[in-house]
Amino acid sequence: MRSGRLLRIAAGAVLVLGLVLPVLAGLGQSLAAAFGHFPALGARGPDLSAWRALLAEPGLARAAALSLWTGLAATLLSLGVALGAVAALQGGPGLGRAGRMLAPVLAAPHAAMAIGLAFVLAPSGWIARGLAPLLGWDRPPDVATVGDPLGLALILGLAVKELPFLLAMAVAGLGQIPVAAHMAAGRSLGYGRAAIWLRILLPQLWPLIRLPVLVVLAFSVSVVDMAQILGPSTPPTLSVLVARLFSDPDPRAILPASAGGIMQLVLTGVAAALVLGGARLAGLRTRAALRRGRRMAGADRALGLPLALLAGLAGLAALALAAILLWSVTFAWRWPDPFPARLSAGAWQDAGRWGATALGTLGIAAACAAMALAAAVAWLEGADRLGRPQGDRWMTAALYLPLLLPQLSFLIGLAGMTLSLPLPPLAAVIWGHWLFVLPYVFIALAGPWRALDPRLARSAAALGAGPARRLWRVKLPVLAAPLALAAAIGFAVSVAQYLPTLLLGGGRIATLTTEAVALASGADRRVAAVHAVLQAALPWAGFLAALSLPALLHRNRRALRGAA
Amino acid sequence: MKTLIAALAAALGLAAGALPPAASRAGDWQETLQEARGQTVYFHAWGGDERTNAFLAWLGGRLETGQGVTLRQVKLSDTAEAVARVVAEKAAGRDEGGAVDLIWINGPNFAAMKAQGLLQGPFVADLPNARWLDLSPGSANTVDFTVPVEGLESPWRLAKFVFTYDTARIGAPPARMADWPDWAAAHPGRITHPDPSNFMGATFLKQALIELAPAGTDLSVPPGDDSYGAATAPLWQWYEALRPHLWRDGTAFPANEFAQRQLLNDGEVDLAMSFDPASAAAAIRDGLLPDTVRVHVPAPGSIGNVSFVAIPYNAAHAAGARVVANALLDPQVQAHMQDIDVLGSFSVLDPARLDEAGQAAFAALPQDPALPALEDLGAVLPEPDPAWMTRLTADWQQRYAR
Amino acid sequence: MSLLLEGLTVLDGTGAALFAPLDLCVAPGEVASITGPSGVGKSTLLAAVGGHLAPDFRLRGRVLLEGRDMAGLPPERRGIGVLFQEAVLFPHLSVADNLAFGLTPRIRGRAARRAAVAQALEQAGLGGMGPRDPATLSGGQRARAALMRTLLAEPRAVLLDEPFSGLDPARREGIRAFVLATIREAGIPALLVTHDREDAVAAAGPVVALG
Repeated sequence: MRSGRLLRIAAGAVLVLGLVLPVLAGLGQSLAAAFGHFPALGARGPDLSAWRALLAEPGLARAAALSLWTGLAATLLSLGVALGAVAALQGGPGLGRAGRMLAPVLAAPHAAMAIGLAFVLAPSGWIARGLAPLLGWDRPPDVATVGDPLGLALILGLAVKELPFLLAMAVAGLGQIPVAAHMAAGRSLGYGRAAIWLRILLPQLWPLIRLPVLVVLAFSVSVVDMAQILGPSTPPTLSVLVARLFSDPDPRAILPASAGGIMQLVLTGVAAALVLGGARLAGLRTRAALRRGRRMAGADRALGLPLALLAGLAGLAALALAAILLWSVTFAWRWPDPFPARLSAGAWQDAGRWGATALGTLGIAAACAAMALAAAVAWLEGADRLGRPQGDRWMTAALYLPLLLPQLSFLIGLAGMTLSLPLPPLAAVIWGHWLFVLPYVFIALAGPWRALDPRLARSAAALGAGPARRLWRVKLPVLAAPLALAAAIGFAVSVAQYLPTLLLGGGRIATLTTEAVALASGADRRVAAVHAVLQAALPWAGFLAALSLPALLHRNRRALRGAA
Repeated sequence: MKTLIAALAAALGLAAGALPPAASRAGDWQETLQEARGQTVYFHAWGGDERTNAFLAWLGGRLETGQGVTLRQVKLSDTAEAVARVVAEKAAGRDEGGAVDLIWINGPNFAAMKAQGLLQGPFVADLPNARWLDLSPGSANTVDFTVPVEGLESPWRLAKFVFTYDTARIGAPPARMADWPDWAAAHPGRITHPDPSNFMGATFLKQALIELAPAGTDLSVPPGDDSYGAATAPLWQWYEALRPHLWRDGTAFPANEFAQRQLLNDGEVDLAMSFDPASAAAAIRDGLLPDTVRVHVPAPGSIGNVSFVAIPYNAAHAAGARVVANALLDPQVQAHMQDIDVLGSFSVLDPARLDEAGQAAFAALPQDPALPALEDLGAVLPEPDPAWMTRLTADWQQRYAR
Repeated sequence: MSLLLEGLTVLDGTGAALFAPLDLCVAPGEVASITGPSGVGKSTLLAAVGGHLAPDFRLRGRVLLEGRDMAGLPPERRGIGVLFQEAVLFPHLSVADNLAFGLTPRIRGRAARRAAVAQALEQAGLGGMGPRDPATLSGGQRARAALMRTLLAEPRAVLLDEPFSGLDPARREGIRAFVLATIREAGIPALLVTHDREDAVAAAGPVVALG
């Protein structure tokens, strides 16, 4: 009991002092700076000068509208396709197949996907090159298909990337609902598949996926890396505009940048209110329609649409990943050639260009994943030892904080604070990544941990094993597969981080993601592609290791194989 | 008492800012070398060009073995990031052990840092390799966008504004900027320029300003409201005529010269621009442009300037930074840099001052059809005062970015 | 040398007692049976004796083993073995390692420990099955392995939580006989929770009906 309390206090202190307080302090600092209070810069507000400076930025209103529109549209598109696909495929082998097919997309970072998509969608890109001989184009059409003023390419990119995540969340949620029984009951009452989904299953599923949807929404409204590559530029989305303000040579530009971060927060709140309100309204209408008892016999045909969209988005993702792979081994590949005219391993051979960055990225991600895993295990084990297997609700809520707030809103404040702290940039970056890694690691681990048969630990205790021996010799080995998977998820989340590296590293820390985004601004598509491939390959390697390590460790243990 | 010490110090040549006597310089340099050994120099340099990055990596290897100095390039997407870092450090009171040791810097960024006292020096004249430079008053090495350098930044590469175009698809641009609207109208959607918030895009506007401004406009002094309006009126009139014919109807622009070069390579536009006359030849060899691309310089000449490196006042490894600045001026390094297969950047050294070994290194460099001869490059037009660029950029943003 | 329960009951979160206070004395080598319908708190009673009670529950009364009050002792220091339904072998360890995990640290030396495990396997009719994956054993084999694992820890009492109810009816009797005989031979007191009258009859000790 005492060890449990100690463990829990230590883990709790790490979570509160390392995550909750800094996020809130960063937010507070942003808020203070937004209202003109930043003593280090001689700004002793409160006043509205930061807001006036922000509002004077060219195209600000449009930038804010773009952020809201692209974030909402991308979230609704990916959510709609994910739910529609689940409705159409549930119960057959297609759902598992779709999940497996999309797994590489789930693991690939946003920046890598964006770099590939930018080439696929461009007026001179892969799709246009395929169409050119059919339509007789001798030059690429002068139409913006990437960086278009409405942000459609950005919406598509976000949807491609978020779809597998929402699909996985929907499938996980379905596991908690007696789908087959409800489906059978509904059918026996004369309802079709689509009608049962809409009226019976979706209302049960929605509370289970609401939080992940809000995470996707907050991310989409405030994304910077993908918006820089696929989004419009004059004006860009609010997040890109704020990130640019942050790196303005005038240090006082951090004041309007902070105001921009707060504006992001408001936008995210508005978007969340719209989604939650919309869901509520849809729920009421469904209830009303349900009472009328129409069987909606023709609605089943509409299930073809999400399937077609799913195939389309998956096809885009496959093209994008193939594009970065192909570009990384290209020497010259010009309009209108459908394939490279000349291949070259040059970009890969120049290992001095990417080797150290890849290694650094690996080190940061491994450190983050290990630290997050240790914190999560300490918290869960502490709960076990105190006999509170459900853990505390406030803890789960606090963990979602960094995921539900727009990154810029508190990272700008944190960056301002680290300026006057003697924190080495590498440590600051690892910590910044950890803020986003821990929630995913914890969520991934908590389920399997709490599902572990409590009689295993009791048997061990009855055999004289103390708490430490129970943890190291029984629980951790039996949980090897979920532990490895949680670590791989944390690793992948860290590899994909862009803003924490940029804002907390002070320019001294380069990861594959910051390099890939910088290179995507046009220097050399082949080198950008090498970084994108590496950026995607690292998480893939992580997941492969996570799946094969326990399989190897427990190769002769039937009960533990394939648990992941 | 203080006056007495000051007088003594002045007599001994130790007053603040005075150059040490020539005789002691060699000894000082030995001290600098010793202090630099084992240091890691964080060189904040724009990282968007692969060949520059590779060249700096090569230089790092040479420094590591030669002087025991480790060179770490911090690849910026915008030099302003490094300036912001130093400014922020000063605001936070970190006057020592700063994160930035050396910056690749030019123009407004230099002007801003110099004005705020954020740079170390003067240090250039103390570099042993400064003897190969033309540092006489008025030379390109002593003025950075009309701001006197005063030894606060050391030159390393020469930049000159040129256009590159694909001869397979389009004829050479007009000899004068005034004829561009007609030319663009004949090739709708095939011409563009980088976003003027980027240095290259702003240079395009400045090149036009120099040619179009009414006779007698003095661009070397900061503009007043009246003189700005009068000088730029013909420019905006010209731009209004040009813009509708540009790529994307002049509503979107590539982020920088490299994004535009990629558009040229992708066949989306037929024109690009560069501050490096050798960049087209280099890009062709590297597979980044078709081999039909050639270089064009406007008839009246084009804007030229020198790239510099400067050391922030609070640099943690200032001695190492001076060693790097000196190594950049080594004739062997400069010749390597000018090699079309390496970087192809024109050297800042004065050929007349080079010794035999130095001249031989330059004579041995390879030739290329897309590489313009020196006489084809035309006159070097001086950069206008930085305030012009600031106002032009802001003005353009105001007019077209909403 | 006996297990003594004095006025023992378990209170739930609201302070209500799950069953009437229980007095029971189990002599060494004796197997006492606790019967009753499911949900009456049989397993909770075992958890209370073994020290595995969840914090929501509170114990009233005393548990004395060899005259020592078990109050406040964590389960690993009580010396009370537990045998669950389905045996609950550690899935990541081989059968032999499961037994080695239980084997008392008083037996030292690699050879001696290995011999002790091999002998226990032999005794349970599992000779040569040491390297096997526990998931490949039959239910009866698992139950015997779990019993040997429990006894190798040299417990001073054993709790049996419906250990026979998941077994194939044809083999059930044989395994029950083996388990009961082995416990009697070990000479330690045992508590058997069951809802099967036949189990209680076979145990031949005192029978307490809960609820």
